[in-house]
Amino acid sequence: MILAWLLLIPFIGGLVAWLADRKKLVDPALVTLATLLLDLLIVIGFYFTRDAPIEISGQQWMAVLELAWIPRFGIGFVLALDGLGLLMVLLTLFLGVVAVLSSWQEINHRKGFFYFNILWTMSGVIGVFTSLDLFLFFFFWEVMLIPMYFIIGVFGHENRIYAAIKFFIFTQASGLLMLLAIIALVYFHHQSSGVVTFNYFELLGAELSASVAYWLMLGFFIAFITKLPGVPLHTWLPDAHTQAPTAGSVILAGVLLKTGAYGLIRFAVPLFPEASAEFAPVAMSLGAVSIIYAAAMAFAQTDIKRLIAYTSVSHMGFVLLGVYAGNETAARGAVMTMLAHGMTSAALFAFAGAIGQRIHTRDMRQMGGFWRSAPRMGAIVLFFSVAALGMPGLANFVGEFLVLLGAFKANMLLTCIAAIGLILAPVYSLIVIQRIFHGKRLVEKPIPDVTTRETVMMLMMIVVTVGLGVFPQPVMELMASSLDLLPVVAFNDEAGMVSQ
Amino acid sequence: MLEFLWLVPLLPLLGFLLLVLLPLTKRAAAIVGVGSVGAAALLTLLIVVELFGLSSDAQVFRQIYWTWMQAENFTAQFAFYLDPLAAVMMAIITGVGFLIHLYSVGYMDEDPGFARFFAYMNLFIAAMLVLVLGDNLVVLYLGWEGVGLCSYLLIGFWYDSHANGYAARKAFVVTRVGDALMALGMFLLFLHLDTLDIQQLMANANDQWQTGSSLPTIAAALLLGGALGKSAQIPLQTWLPDAMAGPTPISALIHAATMVTAGVYLIARTHELFLLAPDIMFLVALIGATTLFISGFTALVQTDIKRILAFSTISQLGYMFLALGVGAWSAAIFHLMTHAFFKALLFLAAGAVILCVHHEQDIFKMGGLRKRLPVSFWSFMIGGLALVAVPLTSGYYSKHEILFAAAGNENSGQLLWLLGVLGAVMTGLYTFRLIFTVFFGEENTRVHESTVGLVVKLPLVVLCLLSIVGGWFVLPLDHVFPASEEQAISGITSLVTDVAPFVGIFIAYLVFHQNKALADAVVAHTPGRLLQRFWFSGWGFDWLYQKILVNPFMLFVRINKNDIVDSFYRLAAWLMRLIHRLFGLTQTGRMQWYVGSIALGVVLIVGAGIFS
Repeated sequence: MILAWLLLIPFIGGLVAWLADRKKLVDPALVTLATLLLDLLIVIGFYFTRDAPIEISGQQWMAVLELAWIPRFGIGFVLALDGLGLLMVLLTLFLGVVAVLSSWQEINHRKGFFYFNILWTMSGVIGVFTSLDLFLFFFFWEVMLIPMYFIIGVFGHENRIYAAIKFFIFTQASGLLMLLAIIALVYFHHQSSGVVTFNYFELLGAELSASVAYWLMLGFFIAFITKLPGVPLHTWLPDAHTQAPTAGSVILAGVLLKTGAYGLIRFAVPLFPEASAEFAPVAMSLGAVSIIYAAAMAFAQTDIKRLIAYTSVSHMGFVLLGVYAGNETAARGAVMTMLAHGMTSAALFAFAGAIGQRIHTRDMRQMGGFWRSAPRMGAIVLFFSVAALGMPGLANFVGEFLVLLGAFKANMLLTCIAAIGLILAPVYSLIVIQRIFHGKRLVEKPIPDVTTRETVMMLMMIVVTVGLGVFPQPVMELMASSLDLLPVVAFNDEAGMVSQ
Repeated sequence: MLEFLWLVPLLPLLGFLLLVLLPLTKRAAAIVGVGSVGAAALLTLLIVVELFGLSSDAQVFRQIYWTWMQAENFTAQFAFYLDPLAAVMMAIITGVGFLIHLYSVGYMDEDPGFARFFAYMNLFIAAMLVLVLGDNLVVLYLGWEGVGLCSYLLIGFWYDSHANGYAARKAFVVTRVGDALMALGMFLLFLHLDTLDIQQLMANANDQWQTGSSLPTIAAALLLGGALGKSAQIPLQTWLPDAMAGPTPISALIHAATMVTAGVYLIARTHELFLLAPDIMFLVALIGATTLFISGFTALVQTDIKRILAFSTISQLGYMFLALGVGAWSAAIFHLMTHAFFKALLFLAAGAVILCVHHEQDIFKMGGLRKRLPVSFWSFMIGGLALVAVPLTSGYYSKHEILFAAAGNENSGQLLWLLGVLGAVMTGLYTFRLIFTVFFGEENTRVHESTVGLVVKLPLVVLCLLSIVGGWFVLPLDHVFPASEEQAISGITSLVTDVAPFVGIFIAYLVFHQNKALADAVVAHTPGRLLQRFWFSGWGFDWLYQKILVNPFMLFVRINKNDIVDSFYRLAAWLMRLIHRLFGLTQTGRMQWYVGSIALGVVLIVGAGIFS
């Protein structure tokens, strides 16, 4: 039941926040913060008091909830949590708190509706990370999309409608492909086994012909890589981020992108192992191209949020590379990168919002020399920029190092190309510091330094980033059993040949 | 005391944290900043004494703290490894580091960023110690990147100027090129040898790889890439001269004494791998010899006092690489140490001069400072003599070891030796050009001496002492490196090596002291001027990289700012609107059009049915 509560609490909290605002009872931001903290407490409490793991088809699960929903079509309300899911849920709730804190003063009209959307997105995302019925998964996939559409479209900046619709169309169109693939998978599974089911565990072993599996895998892959996003399906992201309010960007970069990566790890590869192995070189190439192309694009931007958006694409390229490298090292690196990127990108977006509130622009050409008046903010941004460029001792390094180490085993050439990303990362990361904090001051008025609320929020993320960078091992143990289905053997043989 | 090894890097790290987190007064900042490094130096002294007190084959100490990363067969422990090589490095880092910290208290006295300066300096010392103590390549890489970060932060310390920011980013990015190669080298080593623990790695390499086969050659080449970036050797040397934008103590500590020698340390640490790759060894020697030769000429035509010293540093690092390449490992580390003493001294003395002449750095705007600034003058004199390698100074012993080792090398040893000797002539020439121009001749600057206090003078005096006696010790590195055979050096080789620096000094005396018109006359002619400009630009490397790397990248970035990929989707959206409008046109509201088109449709369908 704990899993249902995890979903329900933000769901109910959202309604309460909305109502509270309409009746002018309490600040909906407070309601939201309380809801998220409660949920976070429950997860942590659950983690420490959990029972022995439950084993389903060879995998270990911390909690499973299985209810009938539409038995006629084999659709169940199946929720389950394993190490990977737990990490993702923790990340979601943690960044939810950050999102609320970062938009504390930003949203002043229709506050209730805003926080309602935030909490429902959270609910949808937690659903995505826990549901193990493909129909239910798709349901949540859509649920998290619509509140985010409103967050961008209603509360965003000057060009918000365009960005919101673009975001919606990209996600929706690719989601349709996934829906078709899900239905086809169920159909073909029915053909071979005579059972109609959307249950993940039963579909894992579906017997499919090679070509069918390949096409279905592509359906999943395109949906997930759009969300990830990977080149060439990334172009919705810069627009969505630029226009979204701060909390929207924080959740979008920190959490929503991770659902794409999670989908690859949980569904796309395990459901179609052979097809994925065959497809791996293409996927890895897309990953490598994403890393470099987006890094170069990031450097080109003058809009601070656009720049950070492109760095997200670059970092998620490492995830793509790691997931398809076909070994545990790279897979662990991919998940570490997901967590690390969640911290750094969320922090950088929160800071972009903080700057925006102070000087009402995102254009870096109008910034400069801020270090003098806001040294603490400068130091914090410096920290996260340095984390983003992969400094050892901080979280991103662990992820990127393991991804490249594992990917090198699978494909040397692509790893060498991806390593160019290590050179481009400081190029775009340090230009942020240069343009905003260094140089001569362009704005006459000194900008106020970080407030206590901002300091607390940033310190939380700094602690996590350092913690993950220095002691990543417990987290990696936690995710270990979730990654068992990832290694695809076929691809490694080729590497064996290369290495001889 | 060995069990307190962990505390040595931790002390400056704590200093860094205190300086960052607490709003300290200037006095407190100085105490924390200098005190933490001083304590680390003291502890290092105790540890080193204890280590060398052990019998020579027991001089190894390993401390494992926790498992940093583990996946499949890959394990990186967070662990330190202390052996004589690491101990020597530790002593240099904390010793010279402490002196430079002390000096900085005086030098940075009036700077508003005082605490921030010491915070970065402390972080640097911590990272550098991690670099030399790392038990495996991943921990080494942690320090390696950490010092790079501090170098970036300190080059761009005076952030108001865009030029400083540019120099800082250039330093980071150019060295990152080497770092990326080094990372690939680590991946390759792990893929084939299943470990990144340096000692185990070397043992496995010796077991599994044939000398001269392709794998050790590629792996050594990739590690060499990292070393070239950090140690500013051709072709990745271009960042170091620009790095002089930072405060002068930084140039002394990071860009002369410690960080730039990390590449030398890396190769020495993995020397067994390099021994398996003779081709790469020769490449190391060749790169070192070329770099030292080329940079000597560049140093000769610079006018900025710090840039002269920067090119001189590149040149001296070239000697260390030459030594590594010919297998004279101890000589390379020996020269690393003596260079740390005398080059730190030269930079600190230069800093004192710069302070006294109101931040003027053009040597031709100075002159005759000998009488007004005796401490700086004598520091410069002693440091300069050691740099030039005049007998009895520390530089003499280390440089001679290198040149003799080069001469005795069976692989084009004569060529390497010749380049080294010519470099020695150039060293004498550019060093004494600097000294004659700045300290002799007529006075033509206003000087205020008051700024040079005791905290500035004391480190100068100690470093003067070390620059002289530093060469009289024998480094206890026999058990770390394989013994090099004694080469029979012919008397003539020995004589030429000894005389070379004096030739340089003599030419400098003629051209830059006795007859100053001579230099102007050379430059007055077109070939002379072109050559001067070519040398001045550092042999055109910056120009070349700008043309073949930076400009194409910037062009691509500028053209593609709006992301070409998105135009595909924009086209799709535009097409959709077009079709929408076209079909909209048919909705005219006129009955006859609708009837007519229905009739036409019926005829076409029936017709198609009949004729198909």
